Amino acid sequence: MHTTSLAALSADPLSDLRQLTTYPFMVNALEAGAIVAVLAGVAGWFMVLRRESFAGHTLSVMAFPGATGAVLLGLPAAAGYFSFCGASALVIGSSAGSHPRRHRGEESSVTGTVQALGLACGLVFLSLYQGVLSGYENLLFGSFLGITSGQVVVLAIVAVLTLGFFAVAGRPLLFASVDEAVARARGVPVRALGMAFLLVLGFAVAATAQITGVLLVFALLVAPAATAQLITPRVGLSLLLTVALGVLITWVGLALAYFYNYPVGFYITTVAFVVYVLARIGRTVRG
Amino acid sequence: MFGHEFVRNAFVAGTPVAVACGLVGYFVVLRAQVFAGDALTHVAFTGALAAAAAGIDPRIGLFAATVAVGVLLGGLGERSHPDDVTIGIVFAWILGLGVFFLAVFSSGSGGGNGLLGARTLFGSIFGLTGASARLAAGVGLAVVAATVAIARPLLFASVDPRVAAARGVPVRTLGIVSLGLLGAATADATQTIGALLLLGLLSAPAGAAQRLTANPYLGLALSAAIAVLATWGGLTLGYVIPTLPPSSAVIAVASAMYLLTFLSTTRRRPRSERRPLALD
Repeated sequence: MHTTSLAALSADPLSDLRQLTTYPFMVNALEAGAIVAVLAGVAGWFMVLRRESFAGHTLSVMAFPGATGAVLLGLPAAAGYFSFCGASALVIGSSAGSHPRRHRGEESSVTGTVQALGLACGLVFLSLYQGVLSGYENLLFGSFLGITSGQVVVLAIVAVLTLGFFAVAGRPLLFASVDEAVARARGVPVRALGMAFLLVLGFAVAATAQITGVLLVFALLVAPAATAQLITPRVGLSLLLTVALGVLITWVGLALAYFYNYPVGFYITTVAFVVYVLARIGRTVRG
Repeated sequence: MFGHEFVRNAFVAGTPVAVACGLVGYFVVLRAQVFAGDALTHVAFTGALAAAAAGIDPRIGLFAATVAVGVLLGGLGERSHPDDVTIGIVFAWILGLGVFFLAVFSSGSGGGNGLLGARTLFGSIFGLTGASARLAAGVGLAVVAATVAIARPLLFASVDPRVAAARGVPVRTLGIVSLGLLGAATADATQTIGALLLLGLLSAPAGAAQRLTANPYLGLALSAAIAVLATWGGLTLGYVIPTLPPSSAVIAVASAMYLLTFLSTTRRRPRSERRPLALD
């Protein structure tokens, strides 16, 4: 957590924008933020549609043991993020698909247990590595200040792969999410799709968590998508809106964190929440 | 091992908290509200740090925040069935607020206070004083008593809300009370095994108990017993292996027991033969 702000906000918006892009780290942060917003937005859109917020949140939390475990073993952090998030997606997916929806209670107790166990592992790795609990904050709450150009490239690759998955499987996945029974009757492989989706969600979340911190990925997954789905029922428009809102929320949050010295996670979640509340109010007013 | 005061304090606080989590968790799993529990654990973090930033006892913020949000979720949840999106958005923001309070608190008192954040997230069961252990135990026992008192109507309302409502059971009120109790249990367990890990103590013993028996009263007792065993086992492991954080050990034991019931019940009883939950 930094204690002094880097610059003061002036009355001239153009000079403020120039200020914002003075430092290379800030340019990296804005680029990474945009990619993250697209990635988390699209994956989150399907997550919200499928009512799998709990699974999504659990997957995002798995980045914590992933990162600490990789550091402990001397591996690159990204390897830990992707393996932990991927593995837990498989566990949650196999418990979700193995029985019909009436066993939701069991599915959620498995998910909750996976989440707590993952965090417990993360705590063990942390204490094995350091003996003391310092430096856990950036891991949990993120820091946009140390993003390298290399990380931006990795992020872009994951984003392209994820979007590719949705380009190919998006239509049947949508069908399976909206009306599972009919989709199954038409020969859509509902279970395999659900599993594949969780895996992709896990990878998207792993990539995102490196930038936003483990505990705040979830805001970017759920808020833009939920807001967009409130505003329009049309699929294409709603997806576009999700991405646009995600980028907007991330950039405004970054800019606020740049000019006022509080953590970026606080600004991003708050902007996301305000946008969602405005959308809800707008919907109520419209009738 | 019991010669040390911190170990005695850990068992004094940990045991009632485990019973409370086991009983409350049984209803949480039965009602498929684990996600609400997940949300409340994050509320606990923010509540504690908000109180600390304001300069009052973190425990006051902890209990006030979790019980209030629990009751709020209960009030919202009955009308429009558990809306996980609303829960998700609200708790993502509340967590963001927690980060804000952490920053305010850390900068306000000149560093060294990241410790409170870590203790809230990961618990400090071996660091409890005698007084705070007794307080946590007292609150835990109160939650247990309240849960036992409403167990029968709450079971009825959870299994078949429509018939229960027709028979005059106050379904809505019970839903609110049960989430309020979940809030209290969450706040209590935050002090022992931490906000990030207590979800395991709510969901693993309850999930295991529901796999082992269809009888709800037996299930409740079993869930509490598994939670207590996990806590005792975890504390012992944490004491014997100094590098193993005790709260991680508790969750590891609880998860292992859940996994064990998974392995044994799938082999013995195919899913199709499992009876639905019977109330008798």
